[in-house]
Amino acid sequence: MTEQTIKLEILRYNPEADNEPSFGTFEIPYNEAWSLLDALEYIKDELDSSLTYRWSCRMAVCGSCGMVVNGRPQLGCETFLRDHYPNTIKVEPLANFPIEKDLIVDATGFIEKLESVKPYIIDAVDAMKANPAKKVKETPKNEIGTYNQKPAELGLFKQFSMCINCMLCYSACPQMGLNPMFTGPAALALGHRYNLDSRDHGSDERTEVIQDKNGVWSCTFVGYCSEVCPKNVDPAAAINQNKAQGAQDWALSFLMPRKGEK
Amino acid sequence: MSMTQAKSARHIEPLLWSLFGAGGMAIAFLMPAVILIVGLLVPMGILPAEVLSYERLSAFFLESWFGRLCAFVIIVPALWGSIHRVYHGMHDLQIHAGTGIKVFCYGSVLVLTIATVALVL
Repeated sequence: MTEQTIKLEILRYNPEADNEPSFGTFEIPYNEAWSLLDALEYIKDELDSSLTYRWSCRMAVCGSCGMVVNGRPQLGCETFLRDHYPNTIKVEPLANFPIEKDLIVDATGFIEKLESVKPYIIDAVDAMKANPAKKVKETPKNEIGTYNQKPAELGLFKQFSMCINCMLCYSACPQMGLNPMFTGPAALALGHRYNLDSRDHGSDERTEVIQDKNGVWSCTFVGYCSEVCPKNVDPAAAINQNKAQGAQDWALSFLMPRKGEK
Repeated sequence: MSMTQAKSARHIEPLLWSLFGAGGMAIAFLMPAVILIVGLLVPMGILPAEVLSYERLSAFFLESWFGRLCAFVIIVPALWGSIHRVYHGMHDLQIHAGTGIKVFCYGSVLVLTIATVALVL
């Protein structure tokens, strides 16, 4: 019996040697239990040690192995050879990012966008430091100095806190390709996650980025971000909830132009 | 939430999006009924043709205040919703219209809105 094999077409790019990326084809033994990540490891161990890709946990937790598989952004560890066999699998780095080498993209811009939405709890003290004119009512702490949160309060933001920063949504989003300045699905959903947190008082400090032209208003609600998300975060919903809030604030700002300011 | 926003560069996208939302709602609720009556029930003879007679419709949409308000709610948000979809659809299709086209798109709808108010109300 001849051994079953499967072909992989992988986009290769070595910035020190290549003028532009080109596909390399590898034929490897077919194993129905293998994920795409296992296949890449086989290629690196047995066929071409120069193949470069990011990976870590192998179980869809770390968000390192995002890549474009047959045109769809997916995690390598969650993609199985058996779902594509006997067809060739085409593997590319995430779209809308500069390629560093082979399947590794430069995430610098993504990290900057994540930081821009201040993805951490801003308590009442910090909120008043940022805007002394604003009166912020402190969230009461319990006897051991931490906050109590009701299940309903947790339920408001829990979904949006599941993001693993895999950047699949940035690869899926057509607006990212059209406007690289767009803050993007994951960062906007993360900002929304903190705005919805009962312990947080920082929404004013996030508004400038979230409600900017390059914030939620660059989104045309294609919705592919939510479809490819491996953690069911639904960034499209987060963005639309912020549009609704922004429209409300926009209207209110005429009625109360100085609300909260001196 | 409104403070920092008021300080940062203002843009009217929230207003246009709200009108787009209102238009989408109006279209989603009213158009299926309009299609059912005008496109199916009357042509198939299930409803008599007199249902759509000029006298009957103008008596409602042009003579009564409630009818005029209905006509306004059907026409105006749908205009804004549709042009918003067209304008942003162009962007999705990689036709990057400049400010001139944007002013033309939303400007024409503004003119049509004023015309609707002048003619109907």
